[in-house]
Amino acid sequence: MPTFTYMARCDGCGQCVDICPSDIMHIDPVYRRSYNIEPNFCWECYSCVKACPQHAIDVRGYADFAPLGHSVRVLREEAKGTISWKIRYRDGRVKEFTFPIRTTPWGSIKPPDNYDLPDLNALRSPLLAHEPDALMVAALPGLPPSITKPG
Amino acid sequence: MGLFSATKTRFVDTDILVIGGGFGGCGATYESRYWGRNLKITLVEKANIERSGAVAHGLSAINCYMGMRWGENQPDEFVRYARGDLLGLVREDLIFDIARHVDSTVHKFEEWGLPIMLNPETGRYQREGRWQIMIHGESYKPIIAEAARKSASEVYNRIMVTHLLLDQDRPNRVAGAIGFSVRDGHCYVFRAKAVIVAAGGASHIFRPRSIGEGVGRTWYAPWSSASAYGLVLHAGARMIQMENRIVLARFKDGYGPVGAWFLLLKAYATNAYGVDYEATRIDEIKALVGKYAEITPLPTCLRNHAMLQEIKAGNGPIYMHTQEILDSRAKEEIGWEDFLDMTVGQAVVWASQNIDPKEKPSELITSEPYVMGSHATCSGAWASGPEDCAPDDYQWGYNRMTTVEGLFGAGDTIGGSAHKFSSGSFTEGRIAGKSAVRYVMDMAGNPPRVDETRLRQLREAIFKPLDNYDIGRNEIVAGTVSPSYISPLQGLQRLEKLMDEYVGGISTYYVTNEPMLTRGLELMAMLREDLDHIGAENLHQLQRAWELQHRVWTAEAVLRHTLYRRETRWPGYYYRADYPRLDDTDWHVFTASRYDVQSGDWQMSTLPVHHIVS
Repeated sequence: MPTFTYMARCDGCGQCVDICPSDIMHIDPVYRRSYNIEPNFCWECYSCVKACPQHAIDVRGYADFAPLGHSVRVLREEAKGTISWKIRYRDGRVKEFTFPIRTTPWGSIKPPDNYDLPDLNALRSPLLAHEPDALMVAALPGLPPSITKPG
Repeated sequence: MGLFSATKTRFVDTDILVIGGGFGGCGATYESRYWGRNLKITLVEKANIERSGAVAHGLSAINCYMGMRWGENQPDEFVRYARGDLLGLVREDLIFDIARHVDSTVHKFEEWGLPIMLNPETGRYQREGRWQIMIHGESYKPIIAEAARKSASEVYNRIMVTHLLLDQDRPNRVAGAIGFSVRDGHCYVFRAKAVIVAAGGASHIFRPRSIGEGVGRTWYAPWSSASAYGLVLHAGARMIQMENRIVLARFKDGYGPVGAWFLLLKAYATNAYGVDYEATRIDEIKALVGKYAEITPLPTCLRNHAMLQEIKAGNGPIYMHTQEILDSRAKEEIGWEDFLDMTVGQAVVWASQNIDPKEKPSELITSEPYVMGSHATCSGAWASGPEDCAPDDYQWGYNRMTTVEGLFGAGDTIGGSAHKFSSGSFTEGRIAGKSAVRYVMDMAGNPPRVDETRLRQLREAIFKPLDNYDIGRNEIVAGTVSPSYISPLQGLQRLEKLMDEYVGGISTYYVTNEPMLTRGLELMAMLREDLDHIGAENLHQLQRAWELQHRVWTAEAVLRHTLYRRETRWPGYYYRADYPRLDDTDWHVFTASRYDVQSGDWQMSTLPVHHIVS
């Protein structure tokens, strides 16, 4: 397809429609379930596969170079902060991997306006937010002595 | 407008408008809010910022990190690296500026929750290569999107921006942007004091190697539709280095990344007969580009060149010998995660073709060309540099402002600053965001205005493809063949074939010349005329229609710049057969263009390359 939706699993919730970066997961008006309307604009990015609460979306490799009989399945668990993969080869071999995806709770990022208001005179300095502290060096590098600013 | 006559126009007034919610746009939104606490900051994105842009998929490495805190690298050393990789032609002030700030960006990413791999021996970030660090980056984009959502006053997802708007009184000043919602079909007019374009570069302007549904697996995202360039060049911004398209050597078909395999895992590539072809071809490379062949690491385009010559000589396939180096479970995990984080399709290729990288080598190949500003290439808008290090003729007031007043750029939009990648694009967004805040504060009480007539014209043009289809379809019984309109896909295929055959795509081994380019330009003119006859069946196709417009506008710039530069600067990216050598005497300069939307004229010129780093 590359992505396709299993008829028996999809409940038509539309999460895949909402997330697809390519706008190709649409709801079929007859079956009220999602499908890939434009496989030749599918990047196999798995955004919809990961987002589907019913695990109803899968990928079949591009027909012009991927022989049948494989599968690459994924379980992304935000609360656990992990993603797990199960890769099944055409010849039946299986490989499994689990990797971390985030080290902090979702939603925990401190918004930029929760920091102290910067001195607006600093708008004219080259320093960006949180610098120089966040650079973890004493100062923002300027042009070193070996470098000259041409006129 | 037929079925869509219920279309409304919605006006959004904002101080700063950020177009594109990828890494550049998220960085711009974050930094704008940090400095502009009371400003209205609006982020508009054609998809959903949770998974949009080139990093929607995820990433397995951050390719731009100095490590200044450990004394690993300094910004001027990075400038030398990027300059060498692009064979001398880069904006050193912009690259220096990104390099000196990028570490603070990466440290913030780690604080926000991005898992960065650590070297167990040193406790520092795990290096992939000198400039790259390894990450567990499946959720890289959702993490960065969370920061952007918390910074923006409003985020508009699923709005396809089609045009920038200019001030009715001062035509070289930006006034906002116009587009439509791909969901509700309404027209959206954003009136803004400053605009930051952080949209994507271009996939699918050259014919891809794959066919049928496999064309979805281009190396660069199929949704990267050249809006980075189409939007700004149509507003009259000066563009540079549009000929500097990039070709990537990657795993065949899946286009899986090779960086971790070459640099971290130390795999190597040979021709089909086991020969290290880069070593055997170095003398012929020297004959083409002289001193640039001495650069270490060998510039990206020259490595492509060696591979291409080998394939042309009949010594393919080229193989990456993964089986020689995967001698532990830990290395196997690194190899697989490299794909699963950012190119799952490559894992699908291995599973479907029964390739276990522990047992068999994998084919490499050079991709179709892409147009970008953030990778080992630097097409994009001519921008004002940082006040404290830009040469005088590279600086006109606000860092990262284009030649259009109030119009800023970041990421793929800004030309001359190669090797930004994800962290550098976010950093450039931050630089542009801070500048835009300063610009808005400086101009207080003097907002731009948009001409009503112009708005009406644009609105009509935006929805015209729906009318073309509604009217034209009555002429035929059924199907996709009409004498009155072509579909967005049919138009895209015409563009890809034209660029491939005349402007240096895969079918000519990236070779072109003046007669080919001149003929290509004739066909391009007719394609541009036919853009008035695109038929869109629904809102999804209307999005595709405008993506096509941006791609065609950009492709014409690529063609004209390729014609203008009479040398072969980057063998392995493309070849001017009529000027087969690098020519530092006449062409150690940037090529520049300015498109006049009223007259349709292109003004071509050169701009000096200043070396500020020894």
